[in-house]
Amino acid sequence: MLGYLIRRLTSLVLSLAVASAVIFVVVEVAPGDPASYMLGLNAQPDTVAALRAELGLDVPRLQRYLNWVGGMLTGDFGTSYTYRTPVSQMIADRLWISLPLALYALTLSTLIAFPAGILAAARRGRPADMGVMAATQLGVAVPNFWFAMLLVLLFAIRLGWFPSGGFPGWDEPLDAMVSLTLPAVALALPQAAILARVMRSSLIDILGEDFIRTARAKGLTRGQALWRHGLRNALIPVLTIIGLQFSFLIAGAIIIEQIFFLPGLGRLIFQSISQRDLIVVESVVMLLVFAVIMVNFLTDLAYAIVDPRLRRRA
Amino acid sequence: MTFRLTLAAALLTGTAALAQQTDLTIALQLEPPHLDPTSAAAGAIDSVLYTNVFEGLTRFTNTGEVVPGLAERWDISEDGLTYTFHLREGVSFHDGTTMDAEDVKFTLDRARAEDSQNAQKALFEGIAEVTVIDPQTVEVTLGQVDGNFLFNMAWGDAVIVAPESIGDIKSTPVGTGPFKFDSWTQGDSITLVQNPDYWGEAPALTEATFKFISDPTAAFAAMMAQDIDAFAGYPAPENLPQFEADPRFQVLVGSTEGETILSTNNQMAPLDDVRVRQAIAHAIDRQAIIDGAMFGLGTPIGTHFAPHNPDYVDLTGLSGHDPDKARALLEEAGYPDGFTTTLKLPPPSYARRGGEIVAAQLRAVGIETEITNLEWAQWLEEVFRGKDFGLTIVSHTEPFDIGIYARPDYYFQYGKPAFQELMMTLTATTAPEKRSELLADAQRMIAEDYVNGYLFQLAFPTVADARIEGLWLNQPTQATDLTGVRWTE
Repeated sequence: MLGYLIRRLTSLVLSLAVASAVIFVVVEVAPGDPASYMLGLNAQPDTVAALRAELGLDVPRLQRYLNWVGGMLTGDFGTSYTYRTPVSQMIADRLWISLPLALYALTLSTLIAFPAGILAAARRGRPADMGVMAATQLGVAVPNFWFAMLLVLLFAIRLGWFPSGGFPGWDEPLDAMVSLTLPAVALALPQAAILARVMRSSLIDILGEDFIRTARAKGLTRGQALWRHGLRNALIPVLTIIGLQFSFLIAGAIIIEQIFFLPGLGRLIFQSISQRDLIVVESVVMLLVFAVIMVNFLTDLAYAIVDPRLRRRA
Repeated sequence: MTFRLTLAAALLTGTAALAQQTDLTIALQLEPPHLDPTSAAAGAIDSVLYTNVFEGLTRFTNTGEVVPGLAERWDISEDGLTYTFHLREGVSFHDGTTMDAEDVKFTLDRARAEDSQNAQKALFEGIAEVTVIDPQTVEVTLGQVDGNFLFNMAWGDAVIVAPESIGDIKSTPVGTGPFKFDSWTQGDSITLVQNPDYWGEAPALTEATFKFISDPTAAFAAMMAQDIDAFAGYPAPENLPQFEADPRFQVLVGSTEGETILSTNNQMAPLDDVRVRQAIAHAIDRQAIIDGAMFGLGTPIGTHFAPHNPDYVDLTGLSGHDPDKARALLEEAGYPDGFTTTLKLPPPSYARRGGEIVAAQLRAVGIETEITNLEWAQWLEEVFRGKDFGLTIVSHTEPFDIGIYARPDYYFQYGKPAFQELMMTLTATTAPEKRSELLADAQRMIAEDYVNGYLFQLAFPTVADARIEGLWLNQPTQATDLTGVRWTE
């Protein structure tokens, strides 16, 4: 297990190093200067130069890269060019929305997908299965932003049960949860559709295995065999998908955050790119890379726990 | 039991109806990057703070008139070079410190300093010296007569700030206005509360929340669901008829300082030929662009000047839609088969939608355009700074900015010496009638030189709850002045 851990950790650190270099180069190469963006059409050249100097943009690129990486290692992500507040604080503020939203959506999608997937596998080929398959087909096909608009039309405009967007802050936990509900549902349903299909096919594969037949031969009913032996073994592909979905949900909610005007990480990236707030873009993207790599790392660990053979192989 | 419940409910609704609502949630499309109006061009900063939190020596009213602000009155010396401002008594900043002549001197000196980061530094360039006479009197000496000086001091970039609070101004703005900054949830909203120590008349609102909703679909939903009370600068003109038809809402369509123009590179062949630019002007059908791109919102213009300004001259006749004349002019200029040029479009819908229509109209007279869509940052780099473009569409939103035509290095590169001279004379003139005359000459000169294609004045739509009154209709400067806003029931 220890060797496995060390190998995984080394690849994690290497990926992060490569990612930081790629992100910095890509962001810096894009045309556009934050200072002239901030000062607009009437600014005089000496004003722009003064601002560039204050922002530290007149320092050579390599030096800026090293400062950035060095700062991140000590937990200092720099100061936003446009907002002039510490990037780490901005990210922390936004994470307080993006992370709960991702968890909320993931919980919803798991709660929907598990029963649906298990039901479909257990009733394979029967009407229940066909119903689940049709619904998930639809869920996979419908893009989440379109779904989000329908939810707003019905629940915010027509019925008035939920706010159409915005976020009141965590001082009012109940209001906060209510305002995250529509976005979470919009994010969760397409994910649930995918997850349910994976759950179903994985279970069906497992149910055809010898050990299930052995369990049945020992007198377990089909249902008992599924619950006691099938489910745990079917979880590996499902966990992989959940891991991927979680990293997607943190970063990939940009459009949903836009529709519900939620001040999350996705919108922060979107704004920073258009304002050429380079340091924020770099740091947020780096953080997302870190999150994805960490989630993958944890998923790998979870495999190792679910499947002891993986531990030995390493 | 049922009876008692009904009674309780009746009582509750009764009290609610009696208490006048004094808070307002108003949405804007763009969020300010920070809260210092004196060091950024972002109009969003002024949209939240101008006259609400910060005030200048003079200020704009809704109609664009310049009226006294923190300066109660002023004397101008015989030679027009010295302005003596008499400040109002009893004005204090929100942190409790007194606003006096020292603060005015600090503000003006900071804006015109060597390392100033004021995006409109040119407004202060004429100032030679600022002298404190006594706490209520400050004397500003100009290097030369400037007929625009009082106008310049009304800009959001010239509001009075204090040395005590300048350090944190970007996150905690401290001004003298009727509202105090309360809190900012970045990415979501800014809240202002009433300033109990305001020197002037107290506003009707006790609290105002500015919410930032950039997506047009989200704007529609938030307004329809009545999660917000008003949306200033409503981003989806296609929805306006729906709001107009709904008794819950009112729609205000005002004017802005935004001249939307087909900016033309005056130094690039063949656009450096005035006949070619005139041909382009005649190829354009303004009304079709206004209808097609702005759903009918916008006023046609024939020069770079706001139509609501008393000095505006209607010159649209010089460039009426006449494709035959356009073709004839092209032939005369030596392009009987037309030519190809670039059309680079920034993100706003007036440019993206308008660009497609302009391209089609130009094609009809033989001018082919290669359309490129750019982000703002790219546009600034490539078009504005690099001058690498043939045509572009952009709205110049600064008030009274005809002076940019005197700058030869400005991105459309006109800078005709006769025009520069005209602008210098204008600056040196203070007599109103003479100024009107000079302004008319200036408008005519750029229209007759067909410097740019003059399309339309950007409209400013506001959607609001029908019970709100006192919102600004026009945008003489970017602002959401809440001092006169109140609920009627």
